[in-house]
Amino acid sequence: MRSITFCQAINEALHEEMSRDSNVFLYGLDVTDHKQIFGSTKGLVEAFGSERCFGTPLSEDAMTGFGLGTAINGLRPIHVHIRVDFLLLAMNQLINMISCYRYMTGGKVKIPFVIRAVIGRGWGQSFQHSKSLQSIFAHIPGLKVVMPTTPKDAKGLLISAIRDNNPVIFLEHRWLYDTSGDVPVDMAPIPLGKANILKEGKDTTIIATSWMNVEALKAAEILKKQGIEVEVIDPRTIYPLDVPSLISSVKKTGRCIVVDYDWVYCGFSAEVAAQVSEKCFYDLKAPVRRLGLEHTPCPSSRPLEDLFYPNAKTIVRLVEKELKLSPVSLEEEEFYNYECKFKGPF
Amino acid sequence: MDRIQLNIELYKKVFLVRMAEEKIREYYHQDGMKTPTHLSIGEEAIVAGVCHALSPQDQLFGTYRSHGIYLARTLETDRFFSELYGKSSGVSKGKTGSMHLNAIEEGFLGSSAVVGTPLPVAVGTAYANKVHRNGKVVCVFFGDGAVEEGVFWESLNVACLKNIPIVFICEDNDLAIHSHKKERQAFRSLTDIVRSFNCLIHEAETTDPEVIFHIASSAIDQTKTIQKPSFLYLKYYRYLEHVGVHDDFKFGYRSKENFDEWLKKDPVMIQRKKILSLGVSESEVKILEQQISQQIQKSIEQAIIAPFPSEEELLKDVYA
Repeated sequence: MRSITFCQAINEALHEEMSRDSNVFLYGLDVTDHKQIFGSTKGLVEAFGSERCFGTPLSEDAMTGFGLGTAINGLRPIHVHIRVDFLLLAMNQLINMISCYRYMTGGKVKIPFVIRAVIGRGWGQSFQHSKSLQSIFAHIPGLKVVMPTTPKDAKGLLISAIRDNNPVIFLEHRWLYDTSGDVPVDMAPIPLGKANILKEGKDTTIIATSWMNVEALKAAEILKKQGIEVEVIDPRTIYPLDVPSLISSVKKTGRCIVVDYDWVYCGFSAEVAAQVSEKCFYDLKAPVRRLGLEHTPCPSSRPLEDLFYPNAKTIVRLVEKELKLSPVSLEEEEFYNYECKFKGPF
Repeated sequence: MDRIQLNIELYKKVFLVRMAEEKIREYYHQDGMKTPTHLSIGEEAIVAGVCHALSPQDQLFGTYRSHGIYLARTLETDRFFSELYGKSSGVSKGKTGSMHLNAIEEGFLGSSAVVGTPLPVAVGTAYANKVHRNGKVVCVFFGDGAVEEGVFWESLNVACLKNIPIVFICEDNDLAIHSHKKERQAFRSLTDIVRSFNCLIHEAETTDPEVIFHIASSAIDQTKTIQKPSFLYLKYYRYLEHVGVHDDFKFGYRSKENFDEWLKKDPVMIQRKKILSLGVSESEVKILEQQISQQIQKSIEQAIIAPFPSEEELLKDVYA
C-alpha cells in the first residue's frame, strides 16, 4: 500500500481513465493553466492533447450544454468547476436538459457526463466560493451525486463516475485535497450507492458527508476517552443513497446524528433524518439530530466563519448532550488547524 | 437530382407538415391531445428546405415549435400523433408530448421548451463529430427570441472559437409569444453582429422551399468542407397563435393585413404552383396529396385507439 493525497488520487483516476478510453475528455475554466485546478488536472493536456483537455470561455451555461451534446454523441465528458458556486450559472442546462434528456428520448440515449466541482471552505472565502449544494443536486431526478472523503474513495468513485452512463455531480472538498491516505496502485472502481463505515461503534451513529467525516472521526477519538464508541458512516454517494447500510447502523446503536456539509433546512440531512426516522422509529432511543451549515450566507470573518461550520467540538458537545454526559474539557485537544496545511489565497 | 424531382420532394414535405398541423387543428377540440401545441404553419419552407439539404447521417435540434422539423426529417406520422395523444407508441412513449419531439435513429436529437437551451447541446454534438472526424454536420433551429438569451452568444462564441461544424438556423418570425422584435431588441441587425464572429453568414426572406434548400445546401457544404460554423438567418410568418390551434388577429397585437401579404406567398401554395408549372399534372399532384392525407388520417385514428403507457412506465428512462 502507498499513501497519496486526495488531489493525487483524483489526478491518477483522470490519467488512467483517459488512457483507458479515448472518448473520455476533460474541459473547464483554467484546467490547463499553471495551477491546474489545485493540481488535480496536472499533466493531462501534455499527455492527451488539446482536443481532449482544454480550457473554455467563461460560459458555464453553454459549456454545460456542450457537455451534454458530446455525451449523447459518443464522448464521455468531464467538466470541471474550480468552485461549485460557478455551476449555478448552468442550472438551466443541468435541470431542464441534462437530468431529463434520457427521459425525453424514451430511454434511447445515455448521458455519461461527470461534472467535478470543488466545494467548501478555503480561506475566508465568504459566500460565493464556499458552497456545497449536494441537497439541491440530489433533489433532481436523473442526476447522481457523489461526495468522496478519503483519497481511496476519491479515486475509486471517480473511476465509477466516469464509467457511469448517467450524469454524475462529483463534489470535492477543498481541504480534503491535501489529506493523505492509502490508495492501492491498481485501484478497482468503487460502486456508486455504497456507504462506507469509517469507524465502527455501538453507542451512536454519526452519518457525515465530505469534510464532516474528518470532524466526526476527530470527535469519535475524543469521545472514546470517555468510553463512548461512535460509529461514523460516510454515505459517499448522496444519490443513489445506501439507505440499508445507514438503517442497519442506527438499528445497532439506537441513535443517529447527521452531520452534513450543507445547509440544514430542506437539506440532505433532512432526507437522512426522514429515512432513518421512518425505518428505525421503534429502534431509536432519541430523535435523530442534525448538524450542518448555519442558515446564513457564509461569512468571511474568521470567528464568524468558525461558527458557521459544524466541527469536532460541536459534534462532541451534541453527543454528550444526547448521551447525558457532562462536557469534557477540550483544552488539551488538537483540532485541525487549516493554516498548517492550507493557507490562502484560494 | 433533377429539378422536377427535387421540387416534388420539397412539396411532399411542406404538404405533409401543413396537413398534419391542419389535422391537429381539426381534432384538438376533442381534448384527446392533452399537450400544448405550437404549430408550424407558415414555417414549412424552412423546415422542408433545410431537412432536404441534410444527409441522413447529419443531426439536428429543434425548439418547442418542432412539428415541422420532425415531420420533414422523418416523413412519418404514426409515432408523431401517438406522442401527441400520450400513447405508448409515441416518439417518447407518450411521456413528453408535443414540445420535446425527437427521432434519435433519424438524427433528430431533440427539442426543448426553454428558449435557447438546445444551442449549446448542438454545439457539443458537433464537437463530438469533429473529434470523431466523421464528416457529419449539426443544424440547430432557434427563433429570434433565442438570440436575447445569453446562452445563444456563449454557444456562437465557442462554436466559432473552436471551428465546430454546426449550422445555426435563426427562424425569425418577429414574435416572441406576443411581443415584437422592436419591443425586445436594441440592435439594428443581428447578422451585422454575428458577421464579426468567425463564421459564414447566409440570410434570406423567402417562402420558397427550393430557395431555402439551395441556401441550406450551400451552408452545409461549406461547413463540412472548411469545418467552420454557418449562420442562416431566415424570416417567416407565424400564421397562428403562439400556442394552440387558432388564429389570434382579434387580439390586436399584430395586423391581419400583414398576414394577408404573407399569405400571397404561402409556401405550400407557391410550391404547388411551381411543380405544376414544371410539368407535373394536376392529377399527379392530387394523387400525391391524397396519399399523404390518407397517411395522416390513418396515423391519427391509430393514435386515438392506441394504449396509454402502463403504470410501470412512470419511473422508467430516468437513469440508464
